[in-house]
Amino acid sequence: MHENLTPKNTILDAKQMARIIRRMAGEVVEMNRDLSDLLLVGIRTRGVPLAEQIASEIERMEGHKVPVGVLDITLYRDDLSTIAAQPQVKGTSLPRPIEGATVLLCDDVLYTGRTVRAALDELIDFGRPRAVKLAVLIDRGHRELPIQADVVGKKVPTSGDEVIEVTFQSTDGIEQVRILERKPPK
Amino acid sequence: MSSLLIHGGRIVDPSQGLDGPGDLLIEDGAVARVGGKIAQPKGAETLDATGLVVTPGLIDVHVHLREPGLEYKETVRTGTQAAAAGGFTAVACMANTVPVNDNRSITEHILLEARRSGFARVYPIGAISKGMLGQELAEIGDMVGAGAVAVSDDGLPVMNAELMRRALLYTQHYGIPVIQHAEDLTLTGKGVMHEGEWSTRLGLTGIPGAAEDVMVARDLILTEDTKGRYHVAHLSTARSLDLVRLGRSRGLRVTCEVAPHHLILTDEEVAKTNFSTHCKMKPPLRSSGDRDALIQGLVDGTVDCIASDHAPHHADEKDVEFDKAPFGILGLETTLSLCLDRFVHGGILSLSRLVELLSTGPARVLGLPGGTLKVGSPADVSVFDLDGEVTIVAAGFRSKSRNTPFDGWTLRGRPVATVLDGRKVAPLPPLP
Amino acid sequence: MTTETIRWTRKDLLGIAELSPAEIGLLLDTAESFSEVGERPIKKVPTLRGKTVINLFFEASTRTRASFEIAEKRLSADNVNFSTSGSALEKGESLIDTALNLQAMAPDLVVIRHGAPGVPHMLARRLQAGVINAGDGAHEHPTQALLDAFTIRRHKGRLAGLRVAIIGDIEHSRVVRSNIHLLNKMGATVVVGGARTLMPAAVEKLGVEVAYTLEDALRGADVVMMLRIQLERQGKMSFPSSKEYFRLFGLTRERLKLAKDDAIVMHPGPMNRGVEIASDVADGADSVILEQVTHGVSVRMAVLYLLSGVTAPEES
Repeated sequence: MHENLTPKNTILDAKQMARIIRRMAGEVVEMNRDLSDLLLVGIRTRGVPLAEQIASEIERMEGHKVPVGVLDITLYRDDLSTIAAQPQVKGTSLPRPIEGATVLLCDDVLYTGRTVRAALDELIDFGRPRAVKLAVLIDRGHRELPIQADVVGKKVPTSGDEVIEVTFQSTDGIEQVRILERKPPK
Repeated sequence: MSSLLIHGGRIVDPSQGLDGPGDLLIEDGAVARVGGKIAQPKGAETLDATGLVVTPGLIDVHVHLREPGLEYKETVRTGTQAAAAGGFTAVACMANTVPVNDNRSITEHILLEARRSGFARVYPIGAISKGMLGQELAEIGDMVGAGAVAVSDDGLPVMNAELMRRALLYTQHYGIPVIQHAEDLTLTGKGVMHEGEWSTRLGLTGIPGAAEDVMVARDLILTEDTKGRYHVAHLSTARSLDLVRLGRSRGLRVTCEVAPHHLILTDEEVAKTNFSTHCKMKPPLRSSGDRDALIQGLVDGTVDCIASDHAPHHADEKDVEFDKAPFGILGLETTLSLCLDRFVHGGILSLSRLVELLSTGPARVLGLPGGTLKVGSPADVSVFDLDGEVTIVAAGFRSKSRNTPFDGWTLRGRPVATVLDGRKVAPLPPLP
Repeated sequence: MTTETIRWTRKDLLGIAELSPAEIGLLLDTAESFSEVGERPIKKVPTLRGKTVINLFFEASTRTRASFEIAEKRLSADNVNFSTSGSALEKGESLIDTALNLQAMAPDLVVIRHGAPGVPHMLARRLQAGVINAGDGAHEHPTQALLDAFTIRRHKGRLAGLRVAIIGDIEHSRVVRSNIHLLNKMGATVVVGGARTLMPAAVEKLGVEVAYTLEDALRGADVVMMLRIQLERQGKMSFPSSKEYFRLFGLTRERLKLAKDDAIVMHPGPMNRGVEIASDVADGADSVILEQVTHGVSVRMAVLYLLSGVTAPEES
């Protein structure tokens, strides 16, 4: 997945991840008394399995199926003119109208906040939500925009040359969170 | 008395069946002694030809010098400089100037300019028809009197069969051939490249091979009936070549020339170069089958000579969309190296046969003096390096124009020195 | 999907002939995402904000130019239109001068349509901007072939193994050449059908079957693509009249039965009703002609998007 990176340590294994996500789902239920307006939107790529797992936990707890959408923020990125070639666009699909919905954006890692900014811009192009909240599995700090998560799985302080790697069974074949280190080139 | 001794070279003169080491002594502009070791006479200039080939001066019977009227493309002076730089001591120039060379005055002007410049002999070819309009015969006798060696409306075909018939009859009074740019314009239409797989792929309007073949067939029938002398300019298709063979077998006085680009490139080149207008000329680059047949014609003697169809065009004129560009590419400064590299080093022709195609043959076709180093003949000599490598650099050409598809090609074989009338005219001093 | 590993690296889109099947797949897949943008209430994304696109149309064209314009606006690009009437282009400015003037305006992308083959290639050599060929003479029309393939894929789920009949003035059509390249590369079989006087030399060398009657071309086809016939434009002696053309080659309901039952009917437009295609076929259930137009916008957005990334500076 990443070049020039070596694993430093594993922060969460599959069991720990499942426990945390269960707790996050509980927080979401607590925050939203009325689940009928709720729409979970996973930011591609790994916000999607997170959203799906939170949704299935909510269904287990409350018996209510919360719709899950997928948001591809590629076209809204603010760094398109500085990267080498256009990234692949995989598409957005939302199962219900944004108008009047309470949207819970889900992403695996919250870092600079730029991805969330792009996601907000895109959501609003679809309509006017009642509210938008943010759930992230890992908050690694180093914000470059005034953005915060409402539901956080785990806060992990990191340095600039570290990378948080979140993997899911459905996307990568293994459920874990690791810290990787950028090794200087030889 | 001025003398020049060219020593230490390999003399190749097909007219005398010579091919071997030897010296050449020139006195007062004529060949005095040829072959063997010659002692240097007192006061003689020398030219060291060690490791080089010494041949009769090369002759290009199809060149456009563009003067009068189109001097922004080329002049008699720059064109003959280009000839000398390319190893050519004589060129025959076509009549499609502005105004057309259909009279004595323009023929004389061209000869005067050539003499003044002094870089190569120029043999004017007069127009067949007045103004090259294809209607009435031009004053052929007057032009021959002034020095014209043949007639041609080249650039255009003589479309009118009756006019061609008259020309074939009338020229017999002057012992000159009729040179035809063989092309049926109604079949060419708006064509810009050879009609075939590549014109189809590129979406460009094609010129069918038939446009040339139909005209050659017609003209050979007229040649048979009139018993005239007929020369096919820039022959480009396998079928025209077969027609020439057929004509010869029936005893017709037919000769033909082929240009280097038709022997080396094919219509695919337009695609390979992404629509480079340096691949646009008439007749167009043909199929690989045609090319291979033309090469066979060099080998079996059906082709009498190689002639470049040197057609200079200003860079601005060629730097346009393919459809709009004028037809034509340069040839004087690339012909020798291309032929040495592709045919001699390519194992297709012996050096002697190539020299025949570039000097003896052309001289015979137009009845010119030259093409020989027999004692007493004018001292026009070409000296070249058979093995020396050269990279074609269009920006360094002596020609005013730069329209060649061979820019950047690295070839084995290059001209070294050219002697005209006993004077060294090449290498030329470097350009400012 | 094999497009996972491929990135778009060409500065220009000049034709289909030089593209690999993977590149074509990437273009089509990217177009799918942009198709979704066309279904949103706000049909706009900020992706090309601040980029300038110049539309240089030397040949009159309402639909292709409008399609590009809409695509550019949906990507939030700034666009400028140059067309021939009354401009320097018509006053005989040379192509090179036009190119140099454009370069001085520093556009990010140039979309060009011209009547002479090779013109987009000339511009691409001289401009730093990416050049998109919107049709160069009879040579290529890459975005048309892409939107055709997109439409076919939507209906048939694939391109490989399909039998595609393209019928009409094959000799003068850039649409057919681009389609032949694309469909061959993606594993479809192409049969070109047309009158002998409208068939270019050696066309079978392009890897197609050749049919000289409508019936032979239609038999067993999954896709029937009709091309526009312009007898006036040809000028030459190709066909005596439209009436005679329709009798020999016009697509009617009856003749369409020779194709497969679920065959779709396509046309790059604009149509000559009653010349190459009967009205009831053009408006019928098998016709996807109007969809082609919709997909044209998505495909062009994809092209603009992918090309806009290549002009970026190296020091990122």
